[in-house]
Amino acid sequence: MATQDKTSGNSVSRKEFLKLSGAAAVASWLPRVSAAQAAALNVSEVAPGLFVHKGHHALVSPENGGDISNLSIIIGKDAVAVVDTGGSVLVGRGLREAIKAITDKPIRYVINTHMHPDHVFGNAAFEADKPTFVAHHKMARGLSARADNYIKSNTRMIGEAAFAGSAVVMPTEHVKDRLELDLGDRVLTLIARPTAHTDNDLTIFDQSTGTLILGDLLFSEHIPTLDGSIAGWIKLIQTLRAESAKRVVPGHGPSSMTWPDALEPLDRYLGRIADDVRNMIKAGDPISEAVKTAGAQEKAQWLLADEFHVRNVTAAYAELEWE
Amino acid sequence: MQRTLALSRAAQRLTQRLTVTLAAVAMSLVSLIMPAAAATDDPWISIRKEFYGDREILVTKAPLILDAPDKAEDAALVPVSIYLLPDIADNIKTLRVFIDNNPAPMVGTFTFGKAAGFGPKTIATRVRFDTLSFIRAIAETDDGKLYMATHFVQAAGGCSSPAIKDAQEALDSAGQMHVKKLNDPHKFASSRNSSSVTGEAMVMLRHPNYSGMQMDPASGQFIPAKYLRTLDIMRGNELVFHLEAGISMSSNPNVRFTYGANGNEALSAVASDSDGAVFKASSPPGNT
Repeated sequence: MATQDKTSGNSVSRKEFLKLSGAAAVASWLPRVSAAQAAALNVSEVAPGLFVHKGHHALVSPENGGDISNLSIIIGKDAVAVVDTGGSVLVGRGLREAIKAITDKPIRYVINTHMHPDHVFGNAAFEADKPTFVAHHKMARGLSARADNYIKSNTRMIGEAAFAGSAVVMPTEHVKDRLELDLGDRVLTLIARPTAHTDNDLTIFDQSTGTLILGDLLFSEHIPTLDGSIAGWIKLIQTLRAESAKRVVPGHGPSSMTWPDALEPLDRYLGRIADDVRNMIKAGDPISEAVKTAGAQEKAQWLLADEFHVRNVTAAYAELEWE
Repeated sequence: MQRTLALSRAAQRLTQRLTVTLAAVAMSLVSLIMPAAAATDDPWISIRKEFYGDREILVTKAPLILDAPDKAEDAALVPVSIYLLPDIADNIKTLRVFIDNNPAPMVGTFTFGKAAGFGPKTIATRVRFDTLSFIRAIAETDDGKLYMATHFVQAAGGCSSPAIKDAQEALDSAGQMHVKKLNDPHKFASSRNSSSVTGEAMVMLRHPNYSGMQMDPASGQFIPAKYLRTLDIMRGNELVFHLEAGISMSSNPNVRFTYGANGNEALSAVASDSDGAVFKASSPPGNT
């Protein structure tokens, strides 16, 4: 998900209100989350030994603490891999508790599907486990360039108390093309994808169960957010469609979906925006007009459309006008 | 004006805490570009003094329109359009755009030439907002009168967010520039020339337009400012406009503009950035 700034309102009282309500929400969290044993997140076993926590469809807030994206746990004979860690160290700790409730095998890998804050800010919760932090080889660059903004905007949106202790933890293993990780009789295939949702999208295929974890290359219910290349994403969808999987895990949406039909709404949405924007560019319509009409019908199918649709069209226009 | 100032002050207070770090970072830049701008509650007070002194600025029913979104969905790319209405369009001298709360508030100054033509004029571009702020357009006419239109935009983080989404592609394609005529020229009634023909065109440049506030992931340092500083658009040998720009234009700078069409004469553009690199382009032949 792209970071979205929710600074709003033009009176001081509104800000005070937000601060107070944030503090109240955090206070109810604190007894559970500030201690070493945070409350375990809910996870469901979507395939043998593969558990998914489903994030909320919302912007990050003090109420959800940054718990807005899907997080996965894969357990092999010898070790555990985590895929994405949530939008704050609190969420990361909750995920870690969920793992500890299932197994005491060591957490050997923490994999990030891409650089966005709701997928990486829980990494810090796993530092004590000394795992290998694995990501697309371009993630370190993308995340470094945005780290200050991410910390600033997430501190503001999640609240200082709930976000405290969250930090950028950089990958220690960089996937250039593809990489296999063995958890003990359980091999994961990681593939670094070309620019699509971002310029550092990584997919994880669990060979044992045929489960493909797509990160934010797949959105369902929650409107897709574009922070890479719309042309690249549309093209990548065709590549992914040809790959076989028994089920897939989206970055935002249900914890498990059937393949490849899970792709259809996403493909339709991106395709409609690209078509509309290309036509408008050809007709000489400015970007300020494109954001009002491009993809307007498709937009209605998605949650949080008001928060991200215009931004998506803006990004698409700025990209496609150079074709 | 009173309402404007009061709102702006409130907005300023609201975000003071959020912007304090960035402001510190940008301080050196501000002092370079606006040496006389003292720190005050409302940045507009010092901007006004610096550029216009005590001159009267007409706000009520000003013959110009500033169109920008109320809320910036992407603070690094906020479309803004300025329309100069017939009352002032024929004797416009300069058009300045400011974003009050940006570290260097002056977005750019457009100075119009002969080939800007007669009749209503449009300038549209894309800008960065560091935080929520007023954006204002101030037109100065030949007779020395000043007119202002403002719009308040909610936004955050646009000056420091990375210039380009695909970092590698940005490096590979830097420097490309195009000038395109967009529509069939329209005839507008004008006070001076009732048969004037106005064309619309666009210039676009592949350039990161570094604000000086973006991080270089490799070094962990700020990328030095490197931005479009001047842009001249010519129709044949006549000037359409000359632009002096600051750091607030979005990456891949883009300006749509109207011009006085004169038969099939080509449009050309020459841009220079703050490092002295020069970029040139012309409208393709046969492009009317």
